[in-house]
Order: sequence, then structure tokens, then C-alpha cells
Amino acid sequence: MTVQKKKLRVLIGKLGLDGHDRGAKIIARALRDAGMEVIFTGLRKTPQDITRIAVEEDVDVIGISLLSGAHETLLPELCRLLKENDAGDIAVIVGGIIPKDDIPVLKQAGVKAVFGPGDTTKEIIKYVRSIETNE
Amino acid sequence: MNSSEKTQRDNSIFELVDRMLNGSVRALGRLITLIENEVPGSLEALKKIYYHTKDAYVIGLTGAPGTGKSTLVDRIAVEIRRQGFNVGIVAIDPSSPFTGGAFLGDRVRMMSTSKDNDIYIRSMGTRGSLGGLSEATASTVKILDAFGKDFILIETAGTGQAEVDVIKETDTTVVVCVPGLGDEIQTMKAGMMEIGDIFVVNKADLKDADRLAGDIETMLHMGYESKEWIPPIIKTIATKGTGVVTLVGEILNHREYLVKSDLLKSKKVRRIKQEIMEIAKNKIIDKINNSSKGANQVSDALLNEIMLREKDPYTAAEEIVDNFAEIFRKSTI
Repeated sequence: MTVQKKKLRVLIGKLGLDGHDRGAKIIARALRDAGMEVIFTGLRKTPQDITRIAVEEDVDVIGISLLSGAHETLLPELCRLLKENDAGDIAVIVGGIIPKDDIPVLKQAGVKAVFGPGDTTKEIIKYVRSIETNE
Repeated sequence: MNSSEKTQRDNSIFELVDRMLNGSVRALGRLITLIENEVPGSLEALKKIYYHTKDAYVIGLTGAPGTGKSTLVDRIAVEIRRQGFNVGIVAIDPSSPFTGGAFLGDRVRMMSTSKDNDIYIRSMGTRGSLGGLSEATASTVKILDAFGKDFILIETAGTGQAEVDVIKETDTTVVVCVPGLGDEIQTMKAGMMEIGDIFVVNKADLKDADRLAGDIETMLHMGYESKEWIPPIIKTIATKGTGVVTLVGEILNHREYLVKSDLLKSKKVRRIKQEIMEIAKNKIIDKINNSSKGANQVSDALLNEIMLREKDPYTAAEEIVDNFAEIFRKSTI
């Protein structure tokens, strides 16, 4: 077996009580079309749910869509749980409505990148691919 | 990425095998990825894993897209767990023939199992396989078996009439049908309608569910005398859990039938034989593809000759095989 068949596996999920999933679906579709395997979780997941799915599916990247305003509670908790479950190496990226002032707190907690309105799917694909090459 | 994280990713595949056998879900997940990606050492790892497998019982669910397979798998898994067994799930969705990407959405429907951390779910893309499974399904089943799962549920990608690979990997095959997809002529077709050990009419609250069940029954009775096991037809409403206990009961009945009739053993023997041939075949193809001489590459010049009718494709293929035989004599695989 000499040919490696590595594919980027990306979890795209909605964290917390937030039913707006159009953005998550657009990102999932864009990553799919960029040749990645996207594991879509559906709505209203807890940090525990996301951690479990990420570990079972062994994803390279977790993309969280969050528009509810609960990012400062839920994302640090997700990052903490990932570390606790020996999965701190999985990159967490976030998209949605995140005030600029909150970004440093999220990065401090372990979030690798934050995307918002105006960022293109192209940029996101490029970023996700760069995570792989950094490994 | 800092150095300790780096180390974590660089875990050797053999260390992962040990950690997986000791119950680490993280290692289990990593291992499936590495083996699916066929990283160097995969075959060596699988050799070791094989000795830890215990013949987990494998149940396959197949059927058209949108028939409710994921929801059913979710409910079946919970019911089997309730009976005290360990369950693993392999859920397959199609990979793009254009980009290789995949949208793996089966977990969205697996809401009940998400409350039970002891059920392991893995989503996989077909990655070019056309029979409803992914190439790494058999290996993944073995890993889950070695991990300690008693029952493994395989959910195929949505299938049509001819994608019947699932029967090669499963002990019990459940074909999931829904009303509204055609008349009784569809039940007469070869392929999908032949492979069910159990038929499910899901969405049984829809109009024509009884008619579909009747059509399947009629179809099954036409081959009645030649069969010891007559596939039961179970009506379910997966979203409400209706019929799921009966369905699991029939799956267990089928298992008992296979054990008593010794068919389970012959199924497993056949599976092993087929797997050995498959692995050998892949190794030979790899060998041809990686031949250092390059003589096996189909060159543009050769293709041109064939296009101009100066040579035929059959002779070209024979030459590759003859050439391979020579390489084979000179080296080990």
C-alpha cells in the first residue's frame, strides 16, 4: 500500500440553541466541493456532543457555526473538553456573528480562527487546507 | 501546532492498535482513519487486529435514499443496547465522483444513540466504491469487532437496484423500502429485492404501505419452496420507533437460524476467502502500478497506436500481464 488516500475530514456543526443553519450548510457544501469529507451534525449540539462526534469521526477540523451570542460560554467549554479527551490537536474554527472584541477571548481559549460576514468560502477552504499542511 | 500536539498526531499505528485494544475511543477513531487512508503499516496493523476479533454479528441496512435507514439504524442500535450488547455503527454516504468530497449526514438522524456514549458511530464516504459500501468497510468492521462491539450495524449509501455489496460483509441484510416508489413490477426485479433476509416497509403510516408489504410478500412466495428462511416483512415508522422491537426480534431470529443451520459459519468462511482474494488482487494491482520499470504504464504512444488501430487493447493488456509476471519473478511483493 504505497498510495496514501488522505482526505481532510471536517466536522460542521451548530453549537447551542440556534436554529439558523443556512450558513453551516453553505460552508459544508463548499468544503464538500473542495474535496473534503464533511461530517454534518445538525442543530442544537452541546459541547459534549461535538467532542464525541469529533473523536469518533477523527476529524482534522471542527467548524462551528454560531449566531446565538453564546460563543464565549460554549466555545471555551468545547476547547476544554477536546483537550480533556486527548483531542486538543483538532483545530476549532468558528463562523457566524462574533463581535470583534470577543475574538481574543476565543483565541485564548483555543479557537484557531474566526470567520464572519464578508469572508468568502474560498478563504475558508484555503484556511482549512493550511491546517493540514501545518501538521 | 506545538510539539506535544505534533507527537499526538504522529502516534505510530501500532501504538494506536494497543491503545484501541485497551479501550481508547480516540485511538479507535485515529486507527480507522489511518487504515482507510492506507498509510504505510496498515496491513501490519490489520494483521495484529485480526487476532483480537471475536466474530461480532454484522447487520446491514440498505435501501433507496430517504427511506429512513439512518433513523432506523439509530433505533435498532438503542434497542440492541437495551438488550445488553455493545454496538458499533458504520454509516456510509456517497463521495463525489468529481471532487472526492462527501457530505456525511447520517449522524443528523442518529439522535437517540447520541445519548449513549457506548455506541460508536463512524461516517464514511464511498470513495469510489460503487456497491453501496466504502472500500474500508471490511477493515472498519474488524477494528470495531476487536474493540469489543458485539453487534455492528452497517448503513449503506442510498442504493438503487444493483448495489448489493452489503451482502458480502453482513450476516443479516435488511432491505428498507417505502411506499410510493413504484408498483409490484419493481418487487420482481433481480438484485436488491433478492438480498433481503428481512424486508422493512418504513414510513408505514403513508398511503399504500399495506400494498407494498403485500407486493413484497407475493414476490417472496413465488420462490417459497426453495427457501428455509422466509424473509419476514416488518412495517415500521422509524421516527416514532414503531415496529423496531419486532424488527430487532426478527434480526435475532435470523441470527439464530444461521447459527442452527451452520450457515453463519459458511457465510464467514466465504467472506474470508473473498477477502483474501481481494487483498491479493489489490497487492498485485499496486505492484503493477508501482513497477519501477515503467513498462506497465499505459503510455500516450501506446494509446495512440490503439486509436489508430495499429494495436488492440486486448494485446496491450496481455503485455502488461506478461511483463508483470517477469517483475513478479524478480522481486517479492
